[in-house]
Amino acid sequence: MYKKDYSDRKYFIIGFIVLIAIGFVVRLFYLQVIDNSYKLSAKNIALRTEIAYPARGRIYDRNSDLLVFNDAVYDLMVIPGQVKNIDTTKFCKLLNIGKKYFIRRLKKAKHYSYYKPSVFTKQLSKREFGPFEEKLYEFQGFYYQTRTLRHYVHPIAAHLLGSIGEVNLRDLKKDSYYRQGDYIGKSGIERFYEKVLRGKKGSKIVEVDVHNRVTGSFQNGKFDTLAIPGDNLYLSIDYRLQAYGEKLMQNKVGSIVAIEPSSGEILSMVSSPCFDPSLLVGRQRSENYNMLLHDTLHPLLNRAVNGTYPPGSTFKLINALIGLQEGVVTKHTLFSCQGTQSKPIACSHNHRSPLSLKDAIAISCNSYFWKTFKAILHSSKYNNVHKAYHEWYLKVRSFGLGKKLDTDIPYQRSGNIPDNAYFDKLYHKSWDALTVRSLSIGQGEILVTPIQLANMVAIIANKGWYYPPHFLKSTESIDTTSAKYHKRINCLIDTTYFKIVQDAMKKVFNNDEGTAHFYQTPLFSQAGKTGTVQNPHGKDHSIFVAFAPVEHPKIAIAVIVENAGYGSTWAAPVASLMMEKYIRDTISRKQLEKRIMEGDLIHNKTKKH
Amino acid sequence: MRRRDKIFGELDWISILLYLVLVVFGWLSIYSATSNDFSRNLFDLSQRYGKQLMWIGFALLLALFILVIDAKFFSAFAYVFYFLMIGVLISVLIYGKTVAGSKSWFQVGSFAIQPAEFAKFVTALTLAKYLNGLNMDMRQLKTKVLSIVILAIPAILILLQNDTGSALVYFSFVLVLFREGFSGIIIVIGVMMAFLFIVTLWFGELYMAGALVLLVLVVFALLRNIRKKWRLVMAILALSVAFVFSVNYAFEKVLEPHQKTRILVLLGMKKDIHGAGYNVNQAKIAIGSGGLTGKGYRKGMLTHNRFVPEQSTDFIFCTIGEERGFVGSFVLILLFVALLVRLVFLAERQRSSFSRIYGYGVVSVLFFHFAVNIGMTIGLAPVVGIPLPFFSYGGSSLWAFTILLFIFIKQDANRLNVL
Ligand SMILES: [Zn+2]
Repeated sequence: MYKKDYSDRKYFIIGFIVLIAIGFVVRLFYLQVIDNSYKLSAKNIALRTEIAYPARGRIYDRNSDLLVFNDAVYDLMVIPGQVKNIDTTKFCKLLNIGKKYFIRRLKKAKHYSYYKPSVFTKQLSKREFGPFEEKLYEFQGFYYQTRTLRHYVHPIAAHLLGSIGEVNLRDLKKDSYYRQGDYIGKSGIERFYEKVLRGKKGSKIVEVDVHNRVTGSFQNGKFDTLAIPGDNLYLSIDYRLQAYGEKLMQNKVGSIVAIEPSSGEILSMVSSPCFDPSLLVGRQRSENYNMLLHDTLHPLLNRAVNGTYPPGSTFKLINALIGLQEGVVTKHTLFSCQGTQSKPIACSHNHRSPLSLKDAIAISCNSYFWKTFKAILHSSKYNNVHKAYHEWYLKVRSFGLGKKLDTDIPYQRSGNIPDNAYFDKLYHKSWDALTVRSLSIGQGEILVTPIQLANMVAIIANKGWYYPPHFLKSTESIDTTSAKYHKRINCLIDTTYFKIVQDAMKKVFNNDEGTAHFYQTPLFSQAGKTGTVQNPHGKDHSIFVAFAPVEHPKIAIAVIVENAGYGSTWAAPVASLMMEKYIRDTISRKQLEKRIMEGDLIHNKTKKH
Repeated sequence: MRRRDKIFGELDWISILLYLVLVVFGWLSIYSATSNDFSRNLFDLSQRYGKQLMWIGFALLLALFILVIDAKFFSAFAYVFYFLMIGVLISVLIYGKTVAGSKSWFQVGSFAIQPAEFAKFVTALTLAKYLNGLNMDMRQLKTKVLSIVILAIPAILILLQNDTGSALVYFSFVLVLFREGFSGIIIVIGVMMAFLFIVTLWFGELYMAGALVLLVLVVFALLRNIRKKWRLVMAILALSVAFVFSVNYAFEKVLEPHQKTRILVLLGMKKDIHGAGYNVNQAKIAIGSGGLTGKGYRKGMLTHNRFVPEQSTDFIFCTIGEERGFVGSFVLILLFVALLVRLVFLAERQRSSFSRIYGYGVVSVLFFHFAVNIGMTIGLAPVVGIPLPFFSYGGSSLWAFTILLFIFIKQDANRLNVL
């Protein structure tokens, strides 16, 4: 068979090889002989790349009061392969360290790499590092990097601000921006706005002489990039209100969330027990972190977004609104109650009967809302309990319950609003209003977080809509925050029905029978609702939701005090004092304030055990 | 049968000498880049230069072993090796260890082995064996397709290990196919497409399409006799324009973000001193600072102080550039060209097409590594992380290149025994 001979093609191949080689030689001749931009100045022997760390953005509150800023510290670095003729005694004396420490750190660095820099001692303050810096040139192989650490003006808001720590392997894999040893926001605002706050690292190539002294920048900084400082954040938080809330909650376990209803801005978010955010900064970070981690009261847990509770009687507001919307009750509807003898759900106390809707909210009658709930599920409009339940479910969800809020709060929990599928599975499809009756008074499978509860009451204050609750007001460079925080979300209840519920919530304070009438004040109008949540693990949780002033709401608030008993005893006064603080800036009810601040529900409890 | 008396047959000492010079030159560079004041023992196995010395020893033993065994062994077992290799490449995907993002290593005791390195010579053997068949003709479609399949299987498996550099090596076999009669026009079209790809990324697809149309109009205006072939010209134009528009799509959808960045950095469209551009920038400074004659052996403070990342593996050329200057770099390039040209010469003198094709396989693989490795170090090729043959630190690559080369030297030594 004839086969063509292609052996001539070898010339093409050799030609190609030679051509590439000539290209390389020309390029090398240019780089090495002609172009002078890569030559070192005469007395220098080496180059070193120094990373310039940008200052992290500062954090301010809604009134531009500073909350978080930075302080310079020094990381002493070592390249073991370059360490030569060190006067160890002098070295240790200047740094005020022991010889053993010196040997251990150097060994660790060698173990990591002879050639790559390791941190010898990190986060030295200016005072600690000053004497050493002057003599640095005597110690070949050592140099320093300037880093910044967070400082807090006030010892508050640790949960919402979050903390910063060294990057872990996951962070390194996810974002090539980070290098081993870099810092990253680990939680809260620091985590969510990491990219805004961190700025951009720069790098500088410096020339180094035989004594390891930096003699200047290489080629006048031709290859350098400047560090770009991080952007400053302005939060919606009012630091005075935040500090006040943390003080009210001292020696109590629970949470406060306050929102400005007209904007969705979070005014304060307290999770108690609180801790000083500066505990999680600097060399003590891991030690303190472990201490907090092993505390039996779980102070690291942000109960405002991670604690889930049944809403209890505060949920009667939602059932009232859905009942009105479905037309199964009106503001004139009367239901009777047999007090503690009521069936199938007992009322917490005996009272006059029958009650109207408003009075039922003010007094918090269980029977009234069982009957309302039953009427909703048996509404002739749907003629099918399961279908009616689904409609109820959708309306409840439209209050932002049972799902995570799409906002700048990391690590939220979604709470729970059970759906049809859940009950179908649990009861093999045979269930009705009686089976799920606990839902009528906010017990049973319903779980909400304090932030959801605060948002729920903000919706009532707004008569039917909300902006997602959020922390960001603005940043230094962009004045407007993410558009999604300005998108109004409507709930599935018509505006007209809210007036009735608001009136009822006013009665909670103003009416002599109202569950919070002890906390009414002539200084401003308040509307609220108590909740007392059965807790299988101990004493009931005390819950209160409220907003004020009723006519033009400036603040909507949810308070949960764990194991504190009636909603009216602890949560209601905390909420009322918080609203007074925010609206009036001074507290007139000093006696009440004293009782709350001094109330100790943690140590009393431990005594009982 | 006189030749059989010699164990080694008729060895080509020129290429063996070039191999030895490169290995020694390489080890000296690794020693310079990785030695320090803590250990002066050349055989210190905790140091890279010590390990490399041990691997060189093993490599020489391997070379010797290949030279004494029967030359027919490799052609006889080529297909067996190939299927074994596929098995190993699949199992490394499942049981392998991930190093620097590539799941391509087997841990054996304290040493890690990278099977992808050894896949190169197996693929070269297999391709040679396949094309050696009596009725093979590159002009047949079946031959073309099957050749490409043989190359594509290991390339895809290695790509799945996330080792882009080693997978790209299989493109180099185009050189073998070209020599064996694969139509030059297809290769020219391939090169044209690569060119269009780059220029499109530079200027954007709309400008590029406009420029192409303009070019055709100019050609029509100037060259009268091409007008007769207007159908062909129009077809080429349409295909080119379609290609230009698909480039953008492919670039955005097919490539991973880090690959996109590398390409953009290489094309000078993105300044990224910290990411992909960082290594190249540092490497250029180190090489540039070498000047005409270099700073002297072990005086290259930039490479010595780890100014350049990966300087004992992928960026080993920096050490030469800095310490030996332009003169040293020139000599190194000359050595590689000499070896490659010598191998082409050896390949052409083979009687059996198996040996010839395998020889060109060796040339292709070595040339690709040489071109891409040095190209990326001096900023002429993207940073794809493949070693410089015989030079870079690493046992797997040294052994694999040694096996690759010495199988061919053995075939060549035995060429007169082939009937
Ligand atoms: Zn009642």
